[in-house]
Amino acid sequence: MSDELIYLKNINKSYDGEMVLDDLTLYIKPNEFLTLLGPSGCGKTTTLRIIGGFTEPDSGVVLFEGKDITNMPPNKRQLNTVFQKYALFTHMTIAENIAFGLKIKGKSKAYIDDKIKYALKLVNLDGYGNRMPDSLSGGQQQRIAIARAIVNEPKVLLLDEPLGALDLKLRQDMQYELIRLKNELGITFVYVTHDQEEALTMSDTIVVMNQGYIQQIGTPEKIYNEPENAFVADFIGDSNIVDGIMIQDELVEIFGAKFACVDKGFGNNKPVDVVIRPEDVELTDPDKGTLKGTVTHLIFKGVHYEMEVTTPNGFEWLVHSTTCYPIGIDVGINVKPFNIHIMNKPESEDEEAVHVEE
Amino acid sequence: MLKNSKRLMLGLPYYFWSIAFVIIPLFMVVYYGVTNRSGSLTIENITAIAVPEHFKALLLAVRLSVISTIICFLLAYPLAMILAKYGKGKSSVLVMLFILPMWMNFLLRTMAWQTLLENNGVINSALSFIGLPKLNIINTPGAIIFGMVYNFLPFMVLPLYNSLSKIDPNVINAARDLGANSVQTFIKVTLPLSVPGIMSGITMVFVPALTTFVISDLLGGAKVLLIGNVIEQEFSQTNNWHLGSGLSLILMFFIIISMIISAIFDKDGEGSVI
Repeated sequence: MSDELIYLKNINKSYDGEMVLDDLTLYIKPNEFLTLLGPSGCGKTTTLRIIGGFTEPDSGVVLFEGKDITNMPPNKRQLNTVFQKYALFTHMTIAENIAFGLKIKGKSKAYIDDKIKYALKLVNLDGYGNRMPDSLSGGQQQRIAIARAIVNEPKVLLLDEPLGALDLKLRQDMQYELIRLKNELGITFVYVTHDQEEALTMSDTIVVMNQGYIQQIGTPEKIYNEPENAFVADFIGDSNIVDGIMIQDELVEIFGAKFACVDKGFGNNKPVDVVIRPEDVELTDPDKGTLKGTVTHLIFKGVHYEMEVTTPNGFEWLVHSTTCYPIGIDVGINVKPFNIHIMNKPESEDEEAVHVEE
Repeated sequence: MLKNSKRLMLGLPYYFWSIAFVIIPLFMVVYYGVTNRSGSLTIENITAIAVPEHFKALLLAVRLSVISTIICFLLAYPLAMILAKYGKGKSSVLVMLFILPMWMNFLLRTMAWQTLLENNGVINSALSFIGLPKLNIINTPGAIIFGMVYNFLPFMVLPLYNSLSKIDPNVINAARDLGANSVQTFIKVTLPLSVPGIMSGITMVFVPALTTFVISDLLGGAKVLLIGNVIEQEFSQTNNWHLGSGLSLILMFFIIISMIISAIFDKDGEGSVI
């Protein structure tokens, strides 16, 4: 517990009787790039606002370096926020925007001028100090918003979907820029997004949220390769989620065919959800496959072909492969044991939004 | 694309309206203002503002409208902030409460205050009933200021509300986030960002207050003469349209200046709600 920078403990929050966060507990370590990922309404922004001090939890405690900051106003917190849609002060120049926090703290003019120069250089906007925010593009405004936050040397930078308003190319550039900034500054980033690719690209740790619950916490690799439930599997990338029966340890039956797997401890003859990533479905000759199907759809995607293979029971398997199988051809389906991910079936609505603690 | 002639056709009713009810009357005022009864050109009607009696009325009008505008601003700003702070759904009822009186006849509302403020009016009757001395409110500059504030307050509230509700709440959050307390946030962010609304509000209160003669007539009696009253009397009693028009031109000069100032600060038309 001693090395946790931020500790959210049993946070509850509801708006107009609607539960947004349900008993949320989360640790954030120093120098970590942590991403809160989930669909809109999952509670990720509310979590960020609670850390930033803009929203008070109904119950629960926020600890910052071990101190209770639950009721501390935002201006007293040692963290800064980069808001959605930038929230620059449109009546001030870029330099005045960046200087805002430092002037409030009563820093000397020389120090402030130095910092403005340094920050503009850091976000690659040298010489923009005298321009007005309106005259900058979306990407530039976002970088100014970041500069305005980091000159205050916060211990934590909170970012609320900062790239949401930018177009794809710019977004990708900014992702690299943010990783670079994070490494140069050596501070903690808490990042909110609904874009799973963004989360996978940038994060050290991803917190997948849904309906006010944390679904899974882990490294991008772990979240992608070993999703803990169907929601995570579905939300992070494409996947085939099929009904299966766990015959015994390390053996699962899918659509009547038996597949070897590596999971155990689910019991015998238990219905389960099976997750198989499209790139893990291997196509072969019909007689060599564990399951048989027909190619019903084919698209060339650049790096790979995207195919749909329909098995006799009507299920359409999404397949990514560098080998092309034309539409109408019969194929066999194989999956390597370690590419099969077994998950318990949710027994109720509530359990569908399982609360997982690390 | 509409052809030019078609566009002209569509605009015709508005051109007619502007010419008949704006341009021609304006030219008539200018014409009367710069001529005398025999029809020859003169600037006497305009220089007549220097007559002590007129000049005093102008100064008093400026003074009372400045005071009213300031009072309106001080009352309206916190109110507009409260209105803007509430969600759109909740505040629309509150906004309605302020717009609603404006739908009632202006004269009627002012006459109602006459009845209330009179020496033997409702307020004084109530005061003497509980044993307090009567107040001499009616027919004083104070009563006129009161009438102006009461009548023109909504014109200040609405542009301010409009301007304040357009401020992204995250901009306020950003100021707090960067270390500003609520007072610093207000002075450095909220106030400057609402300048367009402030300028519109000031214009919309100052201009009608400067030119009013009804409020000073009803609540000031014959004792307090504003420039509006002087002009009105020239038209309706003395029947000297030339002098009335000349003095009107002076007033128009003040109005145009405040319009220009307002236009400079309110480029996006944020404040114009009505």
